[in-house]
Amino acid sequence: MIEVQSLTKHFGPIRAVDDVSFSVAKGEVLGFLGPNGAGKSTTMKMITGFLAPTSGTAAVCGHDIRHAAIAAKRRIGYLPEGAPLYADMTARGFLNFIGASRGLSGADRAKAVDRVVDMAQLSAVLDQPIETLSKGFTRRVGLAQALLHDPDVLILDEPTDGLDPNQKHHVRQVIDEMAPDKAIVISTHILEEVHAVCSRAMIIAQGRLLADGTPAELEALAQRHNTVTLRTRALPPSAERAGLARLEGVLKVEEDGETDMPSFRVIPRDGAAVLPTVSAYVTEHRWEVDEMRLEQGRLDDVFREITTGKIAAGGAAAGGDTGREAAR
Amino acid sequence: MTAARTVAVVFRREFAGYFASPVAYVFLIVFLALAGAMTFFFGSFFQRNQADLDAFFVFHPWVYLFLMPAIAMRLWAEERKTGTVELLFTLPIATWHAVMGKFLAAWLFAGIALALTFPIWITVATLGAPDHGPIIAGYIGSFLMAGGYLAIGSCLSATTKNQVIAFVLAAIVCFVFSMAGAEVVLGPIRELLPAGSVELVSSFSFLNHFAEMRKGVIDLRNLLYFLSVIGVFLFATVLVLDLKKGA
Repeated sequence: MIEVQSLTKHFGPIRAVDDVSFSVAKGEVLGFLGPNGAGKSTTMKMITGFLAPTSGTAAVCGHDIRHAAIAAKRRIGYLPEGAPLYADMTARGFLNFIGASRGLSGADRAKAVDRVVDMAQLSAVLDQPIETLSKGFTRRVGLAQALLHDPDVLILDEPTDGLDPNQKHHVRQVIDEMAPDKAIVISTHILEEVHAVCSRAMIIAQGRLLADGTPAELEALAQRHNTVTLRTRALPPSAERAGLARLEGVLKVEEDGETDMPSFRVIPRDGAAVLPTVSAYVTEHRWEVDEMRLEQGRLDDVFREITTGKIAAGGAAAGGDTGREAAR
Repeated sequence: MTAARTVAVVFRREFAGYFASPVAYVFLIVFLALAGAMTFFFGSFFQRNQADLDAFFVFHPWVYLFLMPAIAMRLWAEERKTGTVELLFTLPIATWHAVMGKFLAAWLFAGIALALTFPIWITVATLGAPDHGPIIAGYIGSFLMAGGYLAIGSCLSATTKNQVIAFVLAAIVCFVFSMAGAEVVLGPIRELLPAGSVELVSSFSFLNHFAEMRKGVIDLRNLLYFLSVIGVFLFATVLVLDLKKGA
């Protein structure tokens, strides 16, 4: 439903978004990850037609954003970063305005407003001016506004920013419920959110798309993916310890030198699954193992490693950006 | 949805926006007080001993010079400052619909301020037997002139997110347009540009066109003049907004 082709945006000499291409199908929830200033919001602003791309284009439900902007905008629900709203209006007046500008009138509009008020749980504040609302309610009015016309494509720029844990949970639930029949793009820098709502995640830094995959696929990119950590009661003989490092698929073994509680980290070569081999080896040599743990690699690590250029992923080269990133 | 309906949606929101805060009432009071004070103190309304409203209309360009930029400054600068411009331009609304809707809201608001000066018309009609023709022409001319100032203000408001800058720029440009027939503007023009341009520039003067109208001459040329000024500056507003978008 969203097709993005070589989207590029320059602000003077700065390349905010650099040749980004991807597509989002119905039923997908795509999470945009990236450090601040990575180009997430700029990409969203171009897809929603607020900024014109320097080059490249995007199409929403088949409508090109450069040549059929109005038709594309009709199909999109958009929550801009920080949820800017007309503060002098009441929540009800504001939603009615959005409905009217989307061509809804009379009973249709009343029904649409009722539906989103219910979804975003706004009934308590409906007649208050928006400027008197708390941050959580303001954000929810913004969300309600984006959902009003039941759009096919939903683009939410940091939808849970500034919400308390309960409100975050609620917003994620709303997104989950809508997911099956919409194409949804959300940006976030809360990585747990990716697990909670996204079926797919992309990592962007310095305007470039660096990784694209399911959350599990991204985790597999972590350097520590499939690392086996084990702790033994006593220090095994050094010959046996050396043997561990020579097992098939093992890159190296890091030892934590404390003698009363020795621990070993068996780091596999290219993320190979070494747990069975290690486990067999340990049993064979009768090590007294207190604990054996498989590390999945955390999204946090992948995020940091990719955005600082330590690992290249998704076919896109990430090297060479390290210096620039460090300088920021 | 038809263009007229989208324009109307933007118009209604914007117009209600004026009255959502005390700004509207402060403005109306200041406008009425200024227009009245000018008429009675500087215009010597009573001493002239004439049953007409020339002493009232003659000061309108000067009152508008500051008050119209004050109405227009918020049109776009405020939207950009609060970020709501992003909301507005991601709705299925064409840029010119939004420009038109907002301008019409500002113009109607100025029209209400002007209409509230009606007691002075009643006063002059009670005290004497004025010729109502020039008075009606004066009101029409004044309203059109207000539209011209507002269109200029709208265009300059679109260039910045700072309302103060929008106000100052608009006041300067409005001043140049008002004084286009006077030496303060024509002097530099004569120095810098070829001879024919002096007449061209002086024909852009708000003051001259308005002066003809308040004398009771509703000439098609004067109407067309103000409507073209409005059209040109609204078109420029659309261009500025599209330029900001990076198109």
